[in-house]
Amino acid sequence: MIRLEQVGVRYRVPHERIDTFKEYAIRRLRGRISHHEFWALRDISLQIEQGEVFGVIGRNGAGKSTLLKVISRVLHPTHGRVWIRGTVAPLLELGAGFHPELTGLENVFLNGTLLGRSQREITERLDSIVEFAGLGDFIEAPIRTYSSGMVARLGFAVAMAWKPDVLLLDEVLAVGDAAFQSKCTERIRSYREGGTTVLFVTHDLGALQTLCQRAIWIDHGEIQCIGPTAEVVSAYAQSRP
Amino acid sequence: MGETLAIYDSDRRPSPMVEEFIQAVRYRDLIRQLVRRDVLTRYKRSVLGVAWTMLTPLGMMLVLTIVFSNLFQTTRAYPVYLLSGIIAWTFLSQTTTSAMSQLTWGGILLHRIYLPRTTFAIASVGTGLVNLLLSLVPFGLVMAITGNPLRPAAVLLPVSILLLALFALGLGLLVSSLAAYFPDIAEMYQILLLGWMYLTPIIYPESIIPAAQRWWILGLNPMYHLLQMFRLPLYEGHWPSLERLALAAAIAVVMFVIGWIVFTNRADEFAYRV
Repeated sequence: MIRLEQVGVRYRVPHERIDTFKEYAIRRLRGRISHHEFWALRDISLQIEQGEVFGVIGRNGAGKSTLLKVISRVLHPTHGRVWIRGTVAPLLELGAGFHPELTGLENVFLNGTLLGRSQREITERLDSIVEFAGLGDFIEAPIRTYSSGMVARLGFAVAMAWKPDVLLLDEVLAVGDAAFQSKCTERIRSYREGGTTVLFVTHDLGALQTLCQRAIWIDHGEIQCIGPTAEVVSAYAQSRP
Repeated sequence: MGETLAIYDSDRRPSPMVEEFIQAVRYRDLIRQLVRRDVLTRYKRSVLGVAWTMLTPLGMMLVLTIVFSNLFQTTRAYPVYLLSGIIAWTFLSQTTTSAMSQLTWGGILLHRIYLPRTTFAIASVGTGLVNLLLSLVPFGLVMAITGNPLRPAAVLLPVSILLLALFALGLGLLVSSLAAYFPDIAEMYQILLLGWMYLTPIIYPESIIPAAQRWWILGLNPMYHLLQMFRLPLYEGHWPSLERLALAAAIAVVMFVIGWIVFTNRADEFAYRV
């Protein structure tokens, strides 16, 4: 279950980019550093029950990614409270930390521990990860010999090896061929049926209506509409010229 | 059924320094993997492989011995004196520099995935320790060749190495927290390291420094004290005095605490850096 209470995320952006320490020191001495505040999220309150499939829509830059970041603990909210029960799996960065010189197998461990898994957990799931990725003998070869599709498949196989309580999907599902894609959607579906809460960020209103029971429309970091998907979609559609 | 799920409540966080510590322990397998990655990739593509770690300090020592041994004729077993200094110094400079570059590399990740931020500096120290232990092998050889055998005092070495590691971790955390904001900090740090190295009696014997100045030039240099902890058991073959030990331990602990506190307090901001 996810609960956000008046969550705000504020960035302080200096008016002029300060790239080096020298510049910073000089400006500081002259007392001439000014910032402007940018609220990426403002006063967001919502509650998502366990097992819901919840949609997130909005223009680019509206704050969707920031919302996911605050839920996945990447950002600590400037204001308000984030309360989450269970593990959160952000399907945002497939193949994070992959090193080209290491073999697929070695990278599975590196990527898995990066996602917060223990060595033991990874060893237990190793066979099924390797099988899901379907790379055959390539698993023993260094990643620099892989095509980008193969890298993505391996990343996805590791990321999806454990059933999370909360799954964050950020339109990242265009990996691999049709066969692999259907394996992925199948696994996501089985997790959903097992009770995983899914947050689905998308621009595809059709997919939203098919998959999500409730949704939220965010713009300028604020909630524009939240509720049953049909309501949110029509509000969103009406706002666009 | 009945399984307690982890709860994340952003309001109920323990203080950053405590939380980072707890998370760093939780993510210890990641740290192991990062060290493994660094050690493996360093050698996967090189012909000489693991031998390379041993050869670099050895090569340096060889060159410097040839150049300086005439100058420092009075120094007994100069190669051993030199090499012990080089090994300790290389450990410090490599781990702290790596902590900075690792945080930069990891910084991109930190925008997308939650990670305890201290893992990079800890992994850098871990990699440094592996390299240090490996370089002790040729060092042992040099000791044997120059007729400066290992004495029982060497049993203290793990303590010296631990203190060095603690100091390096603290310093690494400190500089990497600065470098996260300004890329030129990394360059400035290299220059600082160079000057610092010359201020530390690695290449030259202490006697070169005029006696009147010796107490503060050496005394105020934290690395001098830590270096002595490492060098004395190997070079002189006896235990450092209790005072030395206490001073070195205090320096290492203070550096670690300062670095940890400064870093963990700023760590939340790293993901905010636009």
